[in-house]
Amino acid sequence: MKLHEFQAKEMFATYGIPTQKGLVIEDPAQVNSLSLKYPVVLKAQVLVGGRGKAGGIKLAATSEEARARAAAILGMDIKGERVRRLLVAEAVDIGAEYYLAFIIDRTSRRLTAIASAAGGIDIEEVARTTPEKIARQTVPPFVGFHSYHARKLGRSLGLTGTLLSDFVTIAGALAKLCIAEDAELAEINPLAVVGGRLLAVDAKVIIDDNAIFRHPALPANEELTELERLARSAGLAYVELDGDIAIIGNGAGLVMSTLDVVAHYGGHPANFLDVGGGASTENMRQSLAIVVRKPGVRALFINIFGGITRCDDIARGIVATPPPVGMVVRLVGTNEAEGRKILEAAGISAYRDPQEAAQAVVALAASSTNQVGRVRK
Amino acid sequence: MGVLISAKTRVLVQGITGYQGEFHAARMREFGTQIVAGVTPGKGGTNAQGVPVFETIAEAVAATGATAACLFVPARAAKDAALEAIEERLDPVVIITEGIPVHDSVQIVAWASQTGVRVIGPNCPGLTTPGQCKIGIMPNPLFTEGPVGVISRSGTLTYEIVAALTQHGIGESTALGLGGDPVVGMSFTEGLRLFEDDPQTKAVILIGEIGGSAEEDAAQFIRAHMTKPVVGYIAGRTAPPGKRMGHAGAVISGTAGTAASKIAALEAAGVKVATLPSDVVRLVREVL
Repeated sequence: MKLHEFQAKEMFATYGIPTQKGLVIEDPAQVNSLSLKYPVVLKAQVLVGGRGKAGGIKLAATSEEARARAAAILGMDIKGERVRRLLVAEAVDIGAEYYLAFIIDRTSRRLTAIASAAGGIDIEEVARTTPEKIARQTVPPFVGFHSYHARKLGRSLGLTGTLLSDFVTIAGALAKLCIAEDAELAEINPLAVVGGRLLAVDAKVIIDDNAIFRHPALPANEELTELERLARSAGLAYVELDGDIAIIGNGAGLVMSTLDVVAHYGGHPANFLDVGGGASTENMRQSLAIVVRKPGVRALFINIFGGITRCDDIARGIVATPPPVGMVVRLVGTNEAEGRKILEAAGISAYRDPQEAAQAVVALAASSTNQVGRVRK
Repeated sequence: MGVLISAKTRVLVQGITGYQGEFHAARMREFGTQIVAGVTPGKGGTNAQGVPVFETIAEAVAATGATAACLFVPARAAKDAALEAIEERLDPVVIITEGIPVHDSVQIVAWASQTGVRVIGPNCPGLTTPGQCKIGIMPNPLFTEGPVGVISRSGTLTYEIVAALTQHGIGESTALGLGGDPVVGMSFTEGLRLFEDDPQTKAVILIGEIGGSAEEDAAQFIRAHMTKPVVGYIAGRTAPPGKRMGHAGAVISGTAGTAASKIAALEAAGVKVATLPSDVVRLVREVL
């Protein structure tokens, strides 16, 4: 779960990582009540990247200007995300810009610190074009991240004196935050020199979804769509996509593969939905209810390979929740005969071969005049 | 032969008194696995389907000679259970549990590599050596003994492909499910090394998916060290970046972890990569 910049900076503050003085507003009129020194910078609080290029970050020299800028940015659409909040912060004169982050490195399977003197720009780009500008420090498990690690990193950036000592403090605090808050990423980009000291000018924190149970005070997840939120609360893995064929399958790999096969035959999946291992009739019923709510869906594809999931449980869920659009079912595996019998009693015949079924649903979607959210004419 | 487990493996089930643990312990026994002990804190001294249950692994090992562990412990208690199994040198330690926090998994795999214990998972279906032993949750009837090693990040996709193999009269040496989390114990590379050294295995199927670079690392290993043919399949060719596709580890981050990158790396290492899951069997028949 990705936090907004202002939420990440609030978290930074509790760990003693310095940031600019700033406040969050949701209405341009709130600009008047801010006790900030001008000029200020107004930053759209969105979870997608590239907000600066999209016009979501502006400077303002006076409160009148700030109000006008705020009115322009609030409500703006940045890559499909509407701007609901602005972080207004005192503008600062930025000197050198550095990069510092802690990530879970999947290859070494360790918490790893990454630092670079090429801050303020896309770090992936730096890693690709000039990998020598990136310093890494693996955090030894059971030992942890210590000042000597931070000094080593700071020296590799060429830092000395106050800046080096600031860097050691900030890196130590960021490591502590990352572990205590179960972050899979905690990033400062840029970590900038302002008035001879280091300051976190931007902040990015992603909390491990699997660890949210340990952090009951976290804010709500704003990355999810309404249907995704509904699915998550039902314990289902659902991702909304752009197409018109709703997909349900069991097992993440099988569902990903189903999306690929449907696309291979020219279809456009409307979603990813993994009903889960050992799915019950109720899981299936809930899944069906969610996927057909997405506007634009023309057809539904259910692809089940029963292992610990039983085909009869799935079939009962299907017949209990007849979809509003045409449906293709592929059903094989544990209790297949019972499952087919239940479907046939409801007039539904199921495929065995997943490729044949995928081709059938692509044809069905192409010929369908019935679409969720549209009145049939 | 097969890899990691055999008819001699004596399995201890952590969480045997829970719903999943009890159900799958019974399926494993039906498969022929020796389930010798269970551990559930607070239920020591009882038994589950005739299997003695202990408070600690140390007691269970002393009483039953257990050699391997299978975890069905809920995510919030899984780190403790896994560290205990590793400390008592059970090997392999197979973690079925889904939803373990990644910082916990980092500690689990670190402790395992310090002690030399092999961890499979978390968030995996386990492993099956037909005719000998199954640890985990793979469906019993799918498997037959044979020459093909299967190594995979996806459970159901493995079942799908194993079922197709069986239908065409081809059996498996071992099917090994690595798990869908970003941090797991055994990697493709380590698994491939085991299959390379296993006399029964004549060819390997590698089933990968988007996220991370384990398939790219595997490709390097294949190019440098594998003499046996490898057939691949990668799920998630059409997955959008930044979205977690069901598995915690199945996510394209920025431009890293795409199916295209994995397929290119594998093909450059001489692996035949199937476009559709149904093509896998045909490619395997070509190389056997």
